[in-house]
Amino acid sequence: MLRFLARRALGAAVIILAISLITYLLFFVLPTDPAQLACGKNCSNTQLVAQIHHNMGLDLPVYQQYWDYIRGIFVGRSMPSGQSCPAPCFGFSFANDQPIWPLIQNRYPTTLSLAIGGSAAFLLIGVGLGMLSAWQQGKTFDRVASSVSLVGNSVQIYFIGPLAIALFADKLGWLPHGSDPTWSSDPIGSLTNMILPCLVMSVIFWSNYSRQTRSLMIEQLSEDHIRTARAKGMSSRYVFYRYALRGAAASIITIFGIDLGTVLGGAIITEATFGLHGLGMLAVNAVGSLDLPLEMAVMLISASSIVIVNVIVDACYAVIDPRVRLA
Amino acid sequence: MSSPTTAATEPEPVPAEAPAATEGTGKSSDEHVGRSPGQLAWLRFRRDQTGIVCAVVVGIFILVAIAAPLISKIYGKNAYNLYGQDDGLLNSYGLPIAPNGGISAQHWFGIEPQLGRDVFMLLIYGIRTSLLIALAVTVLSVVTGVLYGLTQGYLSGRTDYLLGRFSDFMLSFPSQLFFIAFSPVAISLFVGVGDQEPWWVRPFVLITLQFLLGWMGLGRLVRAQVLSLREREFVEAARISGASSRRIILKELLPNIWSTILVQSTLMLPVFVTAEAGLSFLGVGILPPTPDWGLMFQTGATYYQNDITFMFFPGIAMVIFVVAFNLLGDSVRDALDPKTLR
Repeated sequence: MLRFLARRALGAAVIILAISLITYLLFFVLPTDPAQLACGKNCSNTQLVAQIHHNMGLDLPVYQQYWDYIRGIFVGRSMPSGQSCPAPCFGFSFANDQPIWPLIQNRYPTTLSLAIGGSAAFLLIGVGLGMLSAWQQGKTFDRVASSVSLVGNSVQIYFIGPLAIALFADKLGWLPHGSDPTWSSDPIGSLTNMILPCLVMSVIFWSNYSRQTRSLMIEQLSEDHIRTARAKGMSSRYVFYRYALRGAAASIITIFGIDLGTVLGGAIITEATFGLHGLGMLAVNAVGSLDLPLEMAVMLISASSIVIVNVIVDACYAVIDPRVRLA
Repeated sequence: MSSPTTAATEPEPVPAEAPAATEGTGKSSDEHVGRSPGQLAWLRFRRDQTGIVCAVVVGIFILVAIAAPLISKIYGKNAYNLYGQDDGLLNSYGLPIAPNGGISAQHWFGIEPQLGRDVFMLLIYGIRTSLLIALAVTVLSVVTGVLYGLTQGYLSGRTDYLLGRFSDFMLSFPSQLFFIAFSPVAISLFVGVGDQEPWWVRPFVLITLQFLLGWMGLGRLVRAQVLSLREREFVEAARISGASSRRIILKELLPNIWSTILVQSTLMLPVFVTAEAGLSFLGVGILPPTPDWGLMFQTGATYYQNDITFMFFPGIAMVIFVVAFNLLGDSVRDALDPKTLR
């Protein structure tokens, strides 16, 4: 088990490093000039461009630049301009010449609570609905749930989000919307403000889970070992939860890992629809100002979240299904 | 990413021909005499009412997208004129004066808040933009995915391993975020600082970037199928009888995976449509005033408090579109491969 985990962790580290290298090359070494982008249209002064180059360290050889960047993340660095950037240093944002890490620290709690709240919602609703459908297979409940899942699978957050705000927040007043208080100033307010985004975001996910869970459970229930267990006289309820659900769990966890990684990397459209200031919106807003260092940092953190969650999921998977460890 | 993950998400490859030839759904057996697998699939598909309805709906969407200029001519309006402003149909807040978003005999789906364009035309041209972009991405992804998967599966061994790691690596990029972060860089490759952006740059960047991160799924599926097919007797027989690689791939392998390719393409297209719309909604895809499905949601989200009617037209159209495509994909799969369980 330990060896399995070590191998997976090593693989993940290699992938994160490769992603950082590729994004770095794409963002800073392509013929586009970040310094030119930084000062935009009103910047034709070659001396000024050279100055920005020097400040960003872009006049160094590429491998030196990349090494400085990676080293900065772990031990901090002082920029050639003389600004010091404590670890973890992702460089300086163009827009307001601030270090990037505090910006991300500021935004990540929103993304994290949206990811945790949303994924808890879609896992509970989706798997619950799928199990009930499998239990009631072919009956009215199953048919209604299947149709609901089909529609849920086909709606988009940018459509149902505004509708949900208009109905539940503006018209019925059940849930607050629009204030987005920070975690430190108003913990309860920031939590209740998250309920609506989490529920809306969960719709597009749980419909997938209920379909998958239903078909996985039905498949499991037709297996030989289930029939044997029933033939031995075990109660169908016990067999359902103890055997069939365990059999289906491995596949559900795999899908869950992918989705959790996605939402941890920033549920951008949900954030945009509900006006939340998470990681995704940080990236979207940085597009306007062509803030490449900021984009690079968000990319790296988001990709790392996905890769790390995948390792954790693999570990869970190995616990549930011992065959995986030996593979 | 890891081998257990892949194993769990990839369905067991089922050759298309085998079940079609041996067992039909039919009650009368002579119905199947002397019919090709394709004809059998068509017979099964015709019996599937949901499938037929969805095929018609999908056909209408595609037809509307192609015939948008014609519809515009018959309807007598276009997607750029500011009818609301010119004819005084908007109040001082830029909202339609008439109830329900300004729906009238003149403007069937009402008029857009603020700019006052005709919603019906906007929607039709918006569908056209989004659908064309998604279609291009789908075609590119399918061709690349199939070639990649075939190469991987057929050559196997070290090539398979290396190519597999590469597609794993591509899969670990957060695609939506990558697009948002990288599109300004990509656009600045084509457009100099301060230059006017030519019209083709945005669609081109949208298509290229979505395609670059969109082909891996199908590639993996094709690889898995080819890997299991190449061990089968008929492929071995072809190889022993001296068939060239080209013949084995084109005549033995491809005919057996094309049902997967067809089904996957049907399922991919709506995914790319909604992804493109999402990017435009965020403001990093197609820019106004070009009509686009996603941009309509952006406008809708801005004015939902005062003019919610506007939101329903693109929204409901998109739900119908995606539902129809998904159900059609299911029906096509059932028709081509009656053994798969729903």
